[in-house]
Amino acid sequence: MRPLRSYAEPHLTGVCLGMVLLACFALTGQGLGASGAFASVASGVMVTVSPETAMHSAYFRSYLQDGSPWIAWIVVEIIGVLVGAATSAALAGRTRLPFVRATRPSAGKLFTGVAGGTLMGIGAALARGCTSGLALSGGAMLSVGAWIFMAALFLAGFLAAPLMRRLWP
Amino acid sequence: MNDLLIAGGIGVAFGCALECAGLGDPPKLAGQFYLRDFTVLKVMLSAMLTTMLGAFWGGRLGMFDPGAFYVPDTYLLPQLLGGLVFGLGFVLSGLCPGTSCVALASGRIEGATTMLGLFAGVLLVGLTFPAIEPFYRSTPYGSLTLQRLAGLSYGDMVALVTVVAVSVLAWIAKREARP
Repeated sequence: MRPLRSYAEPHLTGVCLGMVLLACFALTGQGLGASGAFASVASGVMVTVSPETAMHSAYFRSYLQDGSPWIAWIVVEIIGVLVGAATSAALAGRTRLPFVRATRPSAGKLFTGVAGGTLMGIGAALARGCTSGLALSGGAMLSVGAWIFMAALFLAGFLAAPLMRRLWP
Repeated sequence: MNDLLIAGGIGVAFGCALECAGLGDPPKLAGQFYLRDFTVLKVMLSAMLTTMLGAFWGGRLGMFDPGAFYVPDTYLLPQLLGGLVFGLGFVLSGLCPGTSCVALASGRIEGATTMLGLFAGVLLVGLTFPAIEPFYRSTPYGSLTLQRLAGLSYGDMVALVTVVAVSVLAWIAKREARP
C-alpha cells in the first residue's frame, strides 16, 4: 500500500492554492469555503423534514433565502473539491482502499472523527466560517475576526494536543 | 448557471491542491499540533501570502479592485470561542471541514465520520439557535481589517504580515534542517 507518488512540495502547493483563492476572489468577489456547504445541506434537510423548525431558526433561514440550499454556490464548490481530490489521488496512485485491513481505522478513531467533526461544526457555525472560509480567505483579506479565529484555533490545538497523544502515536 | 460552473471549477482546483499537499491525511494534519509535520502551516501561510500579495499588487496594477473583495465581519467573542472549540475538534479528528472531503475522496473512512460530525454540529447550532442567538450576534465590529485596527495603510499592513509570515516559514525551515 505504498503510495506511487509522494505528496507535492508544501510551499509550492500553497502558492498554487493561493492562486486558486485569488482567482476565486477576482471571479466572484468571495473566497473559498467548506463549512458553509455543510450548513447549507443541513438547512436543506431541516426544511424538508420539518419546515416549521427550520423557519423558527434564523440560522437555517439564512441558508434558505437565496434559492435552493442543495445547489448553493458553496455546495457546488464542495462537490468540485470531492471530484478534484478524488481525481488527484487516483492519478497519483494515492487512493486508499478502505477495505484493506491495514488502512482500516479502529472504532475509537471513527468515534473521535465524529466527535471532532461535531465540535468543528459548532465552532465554525459560531465563528461564521472554518479554516478555508474564515482563516484562509478572511486571513488573506486581513479580517480581524479571521486572525482571532486562527489564533484561537491553533492555541486550542496546541494546548489540547498533549492530552490526546494516544490518538496520534 | 455560469456562477455554478465557476464554483465547480474552483472547487476542483481547490480539492486537487489540498490532496497534492497531503492534506487529506489525518496523521499528517494532526502532526502539526505535535510539531512533527509542518505541512499545514507551510501550505496555509504560503497560500495566504500569495493571495494577500496578489490582491494588493493586482489592485495596484489595476487588474481588479481588492476593495470589492469580501472581508468577513468580526464578532470578537463568537469567533474566539468558535476558534477554541474548532481547534479542539481539529486535533480530535485530524481533519478540518475542507480536508474531511479530501480524505473521503481519497478513500479514507475518517473523512466520512468527520463529515457526519460536521453535519451534526451545524444541525445542533441551527436547532438551538434561538437560545444562542444573543451570543452569536454579540461583540460585532463589522468588516474590521487589521490595518484599520492598527491605524496603518493597506500597503504597510501587507508588508508587516509578509515579514511575520516569511519569518515563521524561515523558522520552520531552520528547525527542520536541524539534525
